[in-house]
Amino acid sequence: MFKIGKSTSQIARLTKNSRVDQKRKISFTFDGTSYSGYAGDTLASALLANGVHLVGRSFKYHRPRGILSAGSEEPNALIRLGKGAYAEPNLRATQIEIFDGLYAESQNRVPSLSLDIGAINSVLARFFPAGFYYKTFMWPASMWMKYEHVIRHAAGLGKAADDHNDPDRYEKTHTHCDVLVAGGGAAGLMAALQAARSGARVIIADEQNEFGGWLLGEANISIDGTPALDWIAKIIDEMAAMPNVTMLPRTTVFGYMDSNYLTLNERVTDHLPERPAHLPRQRLWKVRAKQTVLAQGAHERPLVFAGNDLPGVMLAGAVRTYINRYAALPGQRAIVMTNNDDAYRTGMALHDAGARVTIVDLRAEPKGALIRAATNAGIEILAGHAVITAHGNHRVARVEIAPIDDTATAIAGDFIHRDCDVIAMSGGLSPAVHLHSQARGKLQWDDKKLCFKPSTTHEASFNAGAGNGTFDLASAIKEGIRCGARAASAAGFKNTMADSPSVAMPKQSWTPLAAWNIPNGHAEGAGPKAFVDFQNDVTANDVRLAAREGYQSVEHLKRYTTTGMGTDQGKTSNINALAILADALGNEIPEVGTTTLRMPYTPSNLGAIAGRDIGHLFDPVRLTRMDDWHRSHGATFEHVGQWMRAWYYPQEGETMAEAVNREVLAARTTAGLLDASTLGKIDIRGPDAAEFLDRVYTNGWSKLAVGRCRYGLMLKDDGMVMDDGVTTRLGKNHFHMTTTTGGAAGVLDWLEEWLQTEWPDLQVYLTSVTEQWAVATLSGPNANKILQDAGIDIDLSPTSFPFMSMQNCHIGGLPARVFRISFTGELSYEINVAARHGLALWTHLMKSGAAHGITPYGTEAMHVLRAEKGFIIVGQETDGSVTPHDLGMDWIISKAKPDFIGKRALARTTMAYDDRKQLVGLKTKDPQQVIPEGAHAVRDPNQPLPMDMLGQVTSSYHSPNLGYSIAMALLKGGHNMHGQTVFFPLLDGRVIEAEVVDTVFFDPKGERING
Amino acid sequence: MMLIDCPFCGPRDETEFSCGGEAHIARPLAENKISEAEFADYLFMRDNPKGLFLERWRHSAGCRRWFNMARDTVSHEIVEIYPMGALPKTAAAKSAYSASWRRDTAAEHAAKPARTTVKNAGKARGAK
Ligand SMILES: [Zn+2]
Repeated sequence: MFKIGKSTSQIARLTKNSRVDQKRKISFTFDGTSYSGYAGDTLASALLANGVHLVGRSFKYHRPRGILSAGSEEPNALIRLGKGAYAEPNLRATQIEIFDGLYAESQNRVPSLSLDIGAINSVLARFFPAGFYYKTFMWPASMWMKYEHVIRHAAGLGKAADDHNDPDRYEKTHTHCDVLVAGGGAAGLMAALQAARSGARVIIADEQNEFGGWLLGEANISIDGTPALDWIAKIIDEMAAMPNVTMLPRTTVFGYMDSNYLTLNERVTDHLPERPAHLPRQRLWKVRAKQTVLAQGAHERPLVFAGNDLPGVMLAGAVRTYINRYAALPGQRAIVMTNNDDAYRTGMALHDAGARVTIVDLRAEPKGALIRAATNAGIEILAGHAVITAHGNHRVARVEIAPIDDTATAIAGDFIHRDCDVIAMSGGLSPAVHLHSQARGKLQWDDKKLCFKPSTTHEASFNAGAGNGTFDLASAIKEGIRCGARAASAAGFKNTMADSPSVAMPKQSWTPLAAWNIPNGHAEGAGPKAFVDFQNDVTANDVRLAAREGYQSVEHLKRYTTTGMGTDQGKTSNINALAILADALGNEIPEVGTTTLRMPYTPSNLGAIAGRDIGHLFDPVRLTRMDDWHRSHGATFEHVGQWMRAWYYPQEGETMAEAVNREVLAARTTAGLLDASTLGKIDIRGPDAAEFLDRVYTNGWSKLAVGRCRYGLMLKDDGMVMDDGVTTRLGKNHFHMTTTTGGAAGVLDWLEEWLQTEWPDLQVYLTSVTEQWAVATLSGPNANKILQDAGIDIDLSPTSFPFMSMQNCHIGGLPARVFRISFTGELSYEINVAARHGLALWTHLMKSGAAHGITPYGTEAMHVLRAEKGFIIVGQETDGSVTPHDLGMDWIISKAKPDFIGKRALARTTMAYDDRKQLVGLKTKDPQQVIPEGAHAVRDPNQPLPMDMLGQVTSSYHSPNLGYSIAMALLKGGHNMHGQTVFFPLLDGRVIEAEVVDTVFFDPKGERING
Repeated sequence: MMLIDCPFCGPRDETEFSCGGEAHIARPLAENKISEAEFADYLFMRDNPKGLFLERWRHSAGCRRWFNMARDTVSHEIVEIYPMGALPKTAAAKSAYSASWRRDTAAEHAAKPARTTVKNAGKARGAK
């Protein structure tokens, strides 16, 4: 017999040996009140030690709720932990280790736990039946937006951190092992030890702060002649000394995926008052295991009776754990309600701790050592009885007990009343088959033990202990050893099985009485609430109502009633819900079936999953070699793929439009310089290189002379434009291909795919050289003068260096490959130098061009310049549904070649339809109005809605060289619409009027190309 | 996440690979005239079986090489990995290959050169 301690604050603390250190006092705050606990306490055990049972309000009805369990299955005691940016909602008080200064708040209450105005929902409960939202917010569809607002307001569990920038650091670890053991109870530890002794690399993880599992909460069990926890300590010591073993406490194996890939969440510093800077808060482990042993243990089931959700109604095993492990006595006047032997151990623990105990056993004639022990201790045992209703306000205060019939379905006698302050209930055990099920293992129903347990596995995996339905400790240990041995052997490690230790504890049976829904004496659907799912407030009546309404599949039941859909994923409720559904349908439980359990096993922090891949590390950023110059000259940037490209270079006081206009004008009046380094560049070599280009481009390449460039269009095999660019013949078997900036990687993959999968006989070798070359594009009438002043060592006259050709030369001593090609329509050179010379080239050109009005221009000016010339940008004028003909580019389709990618598709009937969307130019009636890109064209803006739309604007700018607005658009039958007027009704009510014109706005004869 | 045994690099995580869809879709040669419907068999029609499927995969974040894989789309069991251009060797994958409706299509027959004397035609047929 233990005594309640003298401490005034911890009124329910026992003075006894336990896993808490009563010499180390810890103070913490819950809902604004200071409490003390001890090192080793969880928030739940510390609150119970302080006599606090009311810790939360339920989600739907705002009913007062207490602590149900002592583990990760907890549905009720959800806590918001920490303050400000560190706050984290929906943590389970049963898993939070307390430390000095811990700050915790309850959730879902307005304004406080004891006075909650939301509890009005409870009074209105009959208006919130199963499927409430589905029934209420059904029709008409146009009201959905309003409904959604209401639902979103009502939904949502917990409150996220005030500052959404999580200040904590998270890490990821990738590793391999031979045997991964999930669960560090007796079975898991023995499996790990057995495998580790064979030399296998073993990882054993357990979600608790200590290994030992349920034994941490037991008393009076000895193994091999020593107290169980001493025996556990010896195993831990042995493994801790083995270099091939990684022991991970506070680590949840939460996901089990294909090919034995498992994800673990390690809470590295969550339990520390100060988090050391060198440690991450949490660590995500990604483990590829040759074999796994799943030893996750079991969850105790609540009993479903009226008032079973009152604070003070707890799982029997949890009550025992609080007494033995944490020296916290959940109540002094206890009712133990059970359908099995195991809860008698709780009865004894309560009795030994000084509580007055009544055991209400649903079974008519319970027998065995534990029952005898309880009888001998003088504990009141009411066999063949049930708690019919529990009463109380913020905590259970009294119960009505009545005799029941053999099947526990009807009340069979008069009520008895008992006062109480705690109810320890036990409805039997459900193996935690979550990982097994995630890994697509099958389940079977055990109609003696009344549980689903693993049958066949899908992955290389073994199940051991209570998680396998092996509840008896000695058998679980034996099974752990056997699974460890088999896993090690399967991973290639010879081993001989260790002897099983002897276990000394009273014998008990593991065959509970099926009593899924305690009768309440009312007609079906009436009577006080008996909860199945505590977190989502689903009652037994809700389940029966759903069955009556036709939700006969468990998958439908789950979604309709939301049972099992809380953050606890129904760890304590799924089997009860299933059994009540089966009963309502007059069916057997295994025939009703189970739902598939999904990852994560318990809610997992997204921060840990993101790790360090956030902010600027989320995605790589690619910079050109001239980037420093752009930055120091005030450039603004835009993201193009992963590249940062100079967008425009505003001078002091300039708006974007002013800067872009200035840059565009300079490129046509003096000279502009563009950093074009990001263009995709592919080096193509091999005797079949020309043949290969003939097949991947629509035009001909075999006859292209060495040193000459050609524009090419690439199609997919469906005939749609995929990419474009200029490719140059550097030698007989050597080409330099350019692609769009965004398309570079995709084009290389595309070419490799055809080479490797369709034409492996072609001798062609592709190398990406995008980053090997820095490119400056010099464009404008002064280009030649600038290059001459820059010291170019070749003749630039059009006869010796014609348009669409390439020359190797030096510029200011820098070796360069210069392409005379033009994306502006002006005299233009794309100057390629080795990447390391990029910045030198750029600064040299800027210096040499200063006297000739050289102006750096960015991507925005580039877009305007090319649009003035009607040059397309793939991905802007095209969207995967546009053919060369749609673009007015029939000239680029070779008629002579026998085949190229897309050739056959271009001959399909649909390709010739007149009403395909075709590229046109647009000139607005008001020259200053710029049509927004994406605006839809209509013939008649006054037609009724929905309007008949012709197509959309793909590019649109103000052209400073022309002095008016220009645009390109894809319009149905556009090629035959020249001269016609179309309208663009905008969201803001304006309607822009425009004339369909040719796409080439500027210098239609191309007279400026030679400067 | 599957563990895929790249024929060039060894076993690597699935995230390093990309799936290129159904394997053994022969590309009709332009010299062989087939109808639009027959061409559509090649261009648009893709199988999506429940069970064993012959797929093309690429080690995109590794050696960038393509290979074929016979994979069960339900169990994710990888039955066989074999080179591009080859046919599977295991009984199950062989029968999946020969049982495919494609074997009888005009599109597949059109992948063979009409006149073997034409230069390069044999080459161009490729190895699919
Ligand atoms: Zn590879």
